[in-house]
Amino acid sequence: MDTKKNTIDRRSFLKASALTGGGLIIGFNFFQACKPKVKLPVDISKLNFHDFNGFIKIADNGMVTIFAPNPEIGQGVKTSMPMIIAEELDVAWENVNVVQGGLDTDVFERQVAGGSQSIRHGWNPLRETGATAKQMLINAAALRWGVSSEECSVENGIISNKNGDKLGYGEVAVEAAALEVPKDVKLKDPKDYKIIGKDVPNVDVDEIITGKPLFGLDYKREGMLYASVMRPPAFGQKLVSFDDKIARSKGGVADIFQFGDKIAVLANTTWEAMKAKKALTAVWGNDEDLESSVGQDKVLLDLLDGKKFRTLRSDGNIKKAFAEADKILERTYESPVLPHNCLEPMNFFANVTDEKVELAGPIQTPKGTAERIAKKLDRDFKDVSLEMTRMGGGFGRRLYGDFAMEAAEISNIAKKPVQVVFSREDDMADGIYRPAIKYRIRAAVKNKKLTGYHLKEAAMNSNMYGLISNFFPAGTIENYQVDVANYKSDITTGAWRAPYTNFHAFAEQSFFDELADLMEVDKVQLRLDLLQKVKGTTDKRIQYSAERMEDVINKVIEKSKWGNAKNGVFQGFSAYYCHNTHVAEVADVVMESGVPVLKKVTCAIDCGIVVNPLGALNQVEGGVIDGIGHAMYGNLEFINGAPQSVNFDSYRLIRMKETPVVETYFIENDIAPTGLGEPALPPAGPAYANAIKAATGIRLTKQPFIENKDVFG
Amino acid sequence: MSKYDLKVNGKVYSVDVSADTPLLWVLRDHLNLLGTKYGCGIGQCGACTIHLDGEAVKSCLLTVSLIGGKAITTIEGLSENGTHPVQKAWKEIDVPQCGYCQAGQIMTASAFLEKNPNPDKEEIREAMHGNICRCASYSRIERAVTKASKK
Repeated sequence: MDTKKNTIDRRSFLKASALTGGGLIIGFNFFQACKPKVKLPVDISKLNFHDFNGFIKIADNGMVTIFAPNPEIGQGVKTSMPMIIAEELDVAWENVNVVQGGLDTDVFERQVAGGSQSIRHGWNPLRETGATAKQMLINAAALRWGVSSEECSVENGIISNKNGDKLGYGEVAVEAAALEVPKDVKLKDPKDYKIIGKDVPNVDVDEIITGKPLFGLDYKREGMLYASVMRPPAFGQKLVSFDDKIARSKGGVADIFQFGDKIAVLANTTWEAMKAKKALTAVWGNDEDLESSVGQDKVLLDLLDGKKFRTLRSDGNIKKAFAEADKILERTYESPVLPHNCLEPMNFFANVTDEKVELAGPIQTPKGTAERIAKKLDRDFKDVSLEMTRMGGGFGRRLYGDFAMEAAEISNIAKKPVQVVFSREDDMADGIYRPAIKYRIRAAVKNKKLTGYHLKEAAMNSNMYGLISNFFPAGTIENYQVDVANYKSDITTGAWRAPYTNFHAFAEQSFFDELADLMEVDKVQLRLDLLQKVKGTTDKRIQYSAERMEDVINKVIEKSKWGNAKNGVFQGFSAYYCHNTHVAEVADVVMESGVPVLKKVTCAIDCGIVVNPLGALNQVEGGVIDGIGHAMYGNLEFINGAPQSVNFDSYRLIRMKETPVVETYFIENDIAPTGLGEPALPPAGPAYANAIKAATGIRLTKQPFIENKDVFG
Repeated sequence: MSKYDLKVNGKVYSVDVSADTPLLWVLRDHLNLLGTKYGCGIGQCGACTIHLDGEAVKSCLLTVSLIGGKAITTIEGLSENGTHPVQKAWKEIDVPQCGYCQAGQIMTASAFLEKNPNPDKEEIREAMHGNICRCASYSRIERAVTKASKK
């Protein structure tokens, strides 16, 4: 056992108290102390999520209820985070019940699902919370028995001592509540884990397969109206005028009004609201030229050719390296705008009254959204409540609270409870998209050595976060530089599953594949040789671990039979680090009727301790297929500010027939866990492209792949 | 507005809606059967799949006036307590990620297996092709259909 010093003063981050109905309630906070005077509720129905962001209830029958704090978008944290508490608490998983801790709070710093960070940030606080609760229960039992706590042990929620006495957690819960919260607690050695590392099914699986109303669109309230919103059809347009005469004559319409440059149609049912919106006519205008994809491409290429760069990292002397090079490789990689297309379209409920602002729906950022709404409506933040529902996908789109803001604004005007519902067309046309990005990479080779590497990024609206410039191959090449440039687009862009890395990986790992050919070295060996150079580095900016990258590379080579594939199987390799996780993938392609078909992706991944292998595998398989699907088909084109696809008849998402087999191998170690919602996605596209190159001789540098006529006809 | 008597999950419901209302919205907004999901409204994603006299049908395209006396089954009526072999397979394989598409996937799979109890891999992939899973849990959906087919 290792004794872990508290990362946060125990007495301030955790409080315990007895419940009126019997049992113990423990309230805890991540990353921040509880306010000095906060009190725990004595009634379980009145959990106060303003002062705590998580609760553990230990009932007098020993049943444990964990109120899980993080939003569930399908990444499995509602299952995996309570598993961590239950492990250290030492209770049987069968006796644990998990409830979504649904309200946002003014103390929860990371009640956010995004960036694959929930597990990484929760790992220590959750373990310490579980271990502290366990110690309090042991202390209570020891006190009753008149023995020292050290003489007591716990198994599955039963405390025992050397005399053979036994007490269940429930039996000492009330006494434990009266004790001081222990300061230092022992955390388990990973080899003693009983829950972590076991396959635990999704805690909501029964409700999902029986169609229970879990999602935002399932949220209902007596007297609620449905709102369908007409927004400018093109980015850059403003509302000039509108005519709602016909729309108002449609059945079920309660009200139609303008707010900002939008028009809200309120009706008694969703269908009536959508139908009436279609009967609206509006005139839209614009002050400046509207953007088209063709123009955006030119702007981005001009940026790459130009000099308006910001340098994120510069090592050695790039100019000199290229001036002295024997060979130079230069390639440009291009990606389109992508919508998120969460299968549950954006929606939100709001009920704004003189007394309070009630919000409910699917959101990845409850706290920030509630704050912005309070500000916009000029209301006290403490009057705002936000209930989180399950989310029908997020992928980054639900980080943005635009839809919740609309619901609040509309309810504020209508003085009625309102649910804003995006149609699929609204969802795709009014997105906060993955920006179109282009990379240009240049490498200098001298005496068969890689001497220079220069990556330039040109993107709509914003650039890669600074840490990416410290990913591989930073630290392995003497002369190295990363430059970024962007332009302000009318088209709204933001985070999309694995922000920036989702395409950066494609550019970099496609480039290394080609670079190996130019250098006449094995594609994998090139990466392995480079990694040797960063081992033992003193450069604290370097984000990845050469050793962990080597592990995943070696594992994927072995499992995919790299270099020894069956006749007719063409393989492509990629390895990438992002979101604190190392991944290597090999794609197997075969030619069928002259077209490359992806049959299998082998994935080796190091995310540290795998908390829930069953859920983790699902994340990896989904991430790989999502990465393949979007690299292959994803493309949202714009003409005069208007998206050219707004539904699934013209926008293609990957479907079952197009999916490869995904074989996943986790690296086993005792390192603290890192995220899994994103890291498997970025390397999938380049592994596939590299396999296509092996199969056809054609190098893909542009997404979506399907548009390459030479390869796909 | 017109009155329609609909047979849903073995019960008869009377609704007063306009003739062009898709069954999806009758189920969700009028009958409070929220398990059937809205995804695209044009029959492309399969989230709204229900059974009409045992056939898998996309309820977003089926207007209420065309249903007549046909029997409608939704995810809520597929079994009591999730005990249909397809639901059990879904649970055993732990298919869902976000879960939003899964009711539609289960309805497509259950109607398909009724007709073809022992499908091969290609038949499963063909049958499930109309249902989008945005989380891409396709591998597990395929395995769950295979598992359910053997029961």
